[in-house]
Amino acid sequence: MISINIGKDIFSPHGRIRLEITASIRFGELVALFGESGAGKTTLLRILAGLDMPDKGKIMFGREVWFDSEKNINLPPRKRKIGYMFQDYALFPNMTVFENIWYAQPLINIPKIEELMQSFGLSELANRKPAKLSGGQKQRVALARVLASEPRFLLLDEPLAALDSDFRTSSQNLIKQAHHQFKTTTIMVSHDLAEVFRMADNVVCLENGKVSATGNPMQVFANNNISGKVQITGQVVNIEPHDFHYLLTIVTGINQIIKVVAFENDIADLKSGDQVLVYTKAFNPVIMKI
Amino acid sequence: MEHEFLQTLWVTFKLASLTTLALIVIGIPIALFLAASKFRFKYVLEALVSMPMVLPPSVIGYYMLLVYSPRFWFGKWLAKSFDIRLAFSFEGILIASIIFSLPFMVHPLQNGLRSLPSTLKEAAYTMGKSKWNTMWNVLLPNIKPSIITAVAMTFAHCIGEFGIVLMVGGNMPGETRVASIAIYDEVQAINFDAANKYAIILFAASFLMLTLMYSFNKKHETWKMM
Repeated sequence: MISINIGKDIFSPHGRIRLEITASIRFGELVALFGESGAGKTTLLRILAGLDMPDKGKIMFGREVWFDSEKNINLPPRKRKIGYMFQDYALFPNMTVFENIWYAQPLINIPKIEELMQSFGLSELANRKPAKLSGGQKQRVALARVLASEPRFLLLDEPLAALDSDFRTSSQNLIKQAHHQFKTTTIMVSHDLAEVFRMADNVVCLENGKVSATGNPMQVFANNNISGKVQITGQVVNIEPHDFHYLLTIVTGINQIIKVVAFENDIADLKSGDQVLVYTKAFNPVIMKI
Repeated sequence: MEHEFLQTLWVTFKLASLTTLALIVIGIPIALFLAASKFRFKYVLEALVSMPMVLPPSVIGYYMLLVYSPRFWFGKWLAKSFDIRLAFSFEGILIASIIFSLPFMVHPLQNGLRSLPSTLKEAAYTMGKSKWNTMWNVLLPNIKPSIITAVAMTFAHCIGEFGIVLMVGGNMPGETRVASIAIYDEVQAINFDAANKYAIILFAASFLMLTLMYSFNKKHETWKMM
């Protein structure tokens, strides 16, 4: 069990806020950290990594004390045996893709590097320097690198944000797979509900530096008033009038285009660009502005 | 004449090379400290490092002579314990030259280190790498252009030193007589041919250093972060 009980003043885009986090994470869990930007997600991750120091509190990793303000203990990052994936990836510009992964390994294991590069579609890029990679490629290198370091606690700061949907799904699978294989306790910052549902055992929602909700994704997010079987969120991109009804084109969060029939009263306050929730009731999908 | 000419050039380049070498060893830790530390009175140290850029060389030369003098505890201690007298010796001008060129080594390195995103260092730490390992494998290789600039500027600046070497070292052929002083001497003696020879060599050496530095750094512009 990792138990976190810390406090720190942080400066967010909304001004100064107080980060007060009490949470516990079971070993082997994959936890999604969910919340608006400026809520303190990255700071919490950095504190767990030992890169930032809380003003007060205690962090225990099993029986190991990582931080204790009363006893003046703050274990340096390099002794925590963690893997941290940064939002800017922090790839070493002087090293090739291969060398970046190689450097992260505690004990050199070339077949493992090759396997990782293959899983992440990096074999062709082995000798390229980071400056010559696209955003999505950098992200894949950063993921491969963080897994190469064989961490016992994986901290991922929006690991999949820059990937296109193909690689996003396959990288989600790779993280899940790695998580199952090594049972590495993982915290992952994510803004994507679908991703949270697909991957996380538990969700911790942060709001203004405090934990606003915690539990499994179902408990946290599916707790709304609509008793539908299918719920999809998306953005209206086109409203096409027909004889007696309208045809709405909606792009969903996973870039799927769906067409929904709607009637006069449904579209009364809808326009292109509106966010909507599409859910089924009995047989027909029914449209509602959210 | 020819012998003296070569001897003076040898002293000049020996002084510049040794100063640069010593400053690589001294300057890198200082730059690392200044770039990373959150020490409260860091600006005092920064000001001290920069002093040689604004002080007249004669002021530093004067203080160095004072420190070297057997009347001062340091000079006395050196003379007593090791029988070393630094004033008007090559070792004396070497130390003076190291102090005088310190900002030319430290500033480019410090700027280079500051321009690196802090996540590079942090990434290495989270991988379990020590500070020493991170410095060798991550920080220094990624500021290569700054290192080249620092080395070239220090070397070129050392070749051109005049005031402080004259103050501390005098003008002793084969020991403390460097090309820049020799030029002054030859001009005073209305010996323009010899002055000309020294001047051309100093001009060419400095020009070559700086050209190499700029051409190398041009090649490495693509190194800059993503």
